[in-house]
Amino acid sequence: MAHQNNDNKILKLKNFFFQWEWVLVLLFIAINIINASISPYYSNISGLLDATMTFLDKAFIVLPMVFVIILGDIDVSVSSIVALSSVIMAVSYNDLHLPMELAMILCLIVGTLCGLLNGLLIVKFKELSAVIVTVSTQIIYRGIAYIILKDQASGNFPQWFSFLGWGYVGRIPFIIIVFAICAVIFSLLLHKTTFGRYVYAMGNNITASRFSGIQVDKIKIIVFTLTGFMSGVTALFLTSRMGSTRPNIALGYELDVIAMVVLGGVSTSGGKGKMIGAIISAFLIGMLRYGLGLVNLPSQTILVIIGLLLVFSVMIPNVRLTIKKATKQNLAMANDKSD
Amino acid sequence: MAEHILELRGISKAFSGVKALDNVQFQLRRGEIHALMGENGAGKSTLVKIITGVHLPDEGEIYVEGQRVHIRNPNDAKKLGIAAIYQHVTCYPDLTVTENIFMGHEITQKYSNKILWNEMHSEAEKLLESLGAKFDPRSQMGSLSIAQQQIVEIAKALSTNAKIIIMDEPTAALTKRECEELYRITEQLRDNGASIILISHRIEDMYRLADRVTVLRDAKYIGTWDINEISREKLIFAMVGREITQLFPKKQVEKGPEILRVEGLTKAGLFADVSFTLHRGEILGLTGLVGAGRTEVCQSIFGLLPPDKGKIYLEGKEVKIDSPWKAMELGIGYLPEDRQKQGLILQWEISKNITLPALERFSKRGWLNVKKEIKTARELAQKLNIKAKNVFALASNLSGGNQQKVVFAKLLTLDLKVIILDEPTKGVDVGAKSSIHEIISDLAQQGYGIIMISSEMPEILGMSDRIVVMREGRVTAIFDRKDATQEAILEAAMVNKDNTPIQ
Repeated sequence: MAHQNNDNKILKLKNFFFQWEWVLVLLFIAINIINASISPYYSNISGLLDATMTFLDKAFIVLPMVFVIILGDIDVSVSSIVALSSVIMAVSYNDLHLPMELAMILCLIVGTLCGLLNGLLIVKFKELSAVIVTVSTQIIYRGIAYIILKDQASGNFPQWFSFLGWGYVGRIPFIIIVFAICAVIFSLLLHKTTFGRYVYAMGNNITASRFSGIQVDKIKIIVFTLTGFMSGVTALFLTSRMGSTRPNIALGYELDVIAMVVLGGVSTSGGKGKMIGAIISAFLIGMLRYGLGLVNLPSQTILVIIGLLLVFSVMIPNVRLTIKKATKQNLAMANDKSD
Repeated sequence: MAEHILELRGISKAFSGVKALDNVQFQLRRGEIHALMGENGAGKSTLVKIITGVHLPDEGEIYVEGQRVHIRNPNDAKKLGIAAIYQHVTCYPDLTVTENIFMGHEITQKYSNKILWNEMHSEAEKLLESLGAKFDPRSQMGSLSIAQQQIVEIAKALSTNAKIIIMDEPTAALTKRECEELYRITEQLRDNGASIILISHRIEDMYRLADRVTVLRDAKYIGTWDINEISREKLIFAMVGREITQLFPKKQVEKGPEILRVEGLTKAGLFADVSFTLHRGEILGLTGLVGAGRTEVCQSIFGLLPPDKGKIYLEGKEVKIDSPWKAMELGIGYLPEDRQKQGLILQWEISKNITLPALERFSKRGWLNVKKEIKTARELAQKLNIKAKNVFALASNLSGGNQQKVVFAKLLTLDLKVIILDEPTKGVDVGAKSSIHEIISDLAQQGYGIIMISSEMPEILGMSDRIVVMREGRVTAIFDRKDATQEAILEAAMVNKDNTPIQ
């Protein structure tokens, strides 16, 4: 019996270390070492902290996107939601002369409403998948942004607005603090609440979830609305960092965000994955981009590298599964012998 | 020439230890219509699947025209001239009739493999004409009625030069006039030399068409008769004629006040005018043939298929139920038929499965209380005697019976008044079966009102206080426990007395 307990402990320890998140941590360390060795400017703490400013704005969308992908859905309209809410904020400040605070609130409201509309469409038209719905709204939202602003830039925000993207609290960038708070909230929401449990249940088996009395439509709408809201948050920080906005702001963000989530070990077939994995991989991809940028690699080459990383990350779980199966068979055989 | 175009000898087939066919024989004469009859689960569809190469028999021999053959896959069956037409037409609704007829064996030009559309259309036209059909082969399959689609399926069988045609419940979805049309075509096929195996739950179909009938019961061969030498009573007896030897742990429970009343529940195309009552402490058996609408009625009460018409009263008050969530709030629980797809999240532990419907109870303002969750899961697992290493074992690793107990445990986390059980012992072994029966009996004693859907006659007779029988979407009889017999139930489930199809 004691022997068995020991085995269990070893198994638990093994399970702990055989997690995808550790692979990500190793990758993250490797990337930092490589970056440091090829660029003399890289390994300097305040430089590294500043580097996070360049990608953390999109990391805000990674948090709710984890929920969306665990549901087994996808939302490709987020970059357009960023554009629309950013443009509406700029126009209401510059052209409608609303106070900046009100314009910022409007930005969040627009993001939330866009997300809500996504959710409602997906729930009402069950024959349309989330991809189809959000591809359509992606075009619509960005189209509206173009209609409002034409092909112009809109800036001239008050001085204090740039604090969001560039400000420091002590020596730590303000955006890191806000992101850390959001990351904690979303992690708790996913892993410690009934809501998170329902999301996992629906991602694993939506029929059984409905039969278990879960209000599946309601949960889906909330998840997509949250994604819209966080896209609004991204719009605030991104616009602040850029100093002005254009209708083509945040173009292609959705792919970066989805890449971060998938590399983070969240399965696109739904039901599996952890928040921490997506957060680590957001930093991983962000730092990779930053480092490769420092050595003056063209951005197209960087895209290829990130693409390869994604293919690799999708492959790895399959390899792991094969190994797991093989060891299971070995175990079973060993058990047979001991019988 | 051999007398029998198809002969099966000593066929046995088991699925994970459960016998689906046990030393069954079957002989099909050239140019006859041969009916294959039996209750749900008697082994009819397994036999058909062996003839069409979907399943391989564990034992036994198959002869076609006197020659021993091995049918290893559906393609082998096709080459031997065997074709099957199924109850639920399997077609491509967006393609034309011609494409459906020639799917997989298109007429093509040699070498270039170019499809010869004109030839195919005219061939299809000829086939349809020979069946007396009057629609254009260029029309879309999905635009046809079910009867017309069935004719296309028959044309498809003819286009492969099938000599043996199996018709599985062909009239189940047809109106009376369409049935007559199908009868005519079937007879015409026979007169042209095809041999036909007819599977139908409708006894009147059989008397109208068949030359001979073979009856299966509990996976065994019972007998073959000429149709005019067996009476309806004798036929029904052949189908049910078993002694009920199993003991059921039914407890005597004082019938309580009325808890659920359903009045005139109707859902177009599925069921019509269904009314019954349920009392506290009562087990109401709901039976009928597969497809009679039993599950649909219960899913309607559970909010999955809101009815078009009719009223549901819970404890005397009328209630509107539009979602399972609402049903559970009101105190109605449902144990689904397919525990793997509808009842459980297989990738999850037992404990998380058990607490899923009542998660709000194991949380404070949305925060999960995992300790409380596990405590309750342990208690319920022990109470229902779920056999697993611990409550953290994955649901996918449990046996069918234990999986079913986990689904039962899910219902017990809630404050329910009415529990609906859809085939609660389907696919579980004998030992687990009787312990599930015990659980059901205990629940009734605790004052739950229980509706139990079951296709198993001994279970229905052994467990129910009253028995509601459905046939083609309507309630055809309600029996008290003391008046119910196997024969009476089967007659109510199978025989059309007033010729009123639902529409």
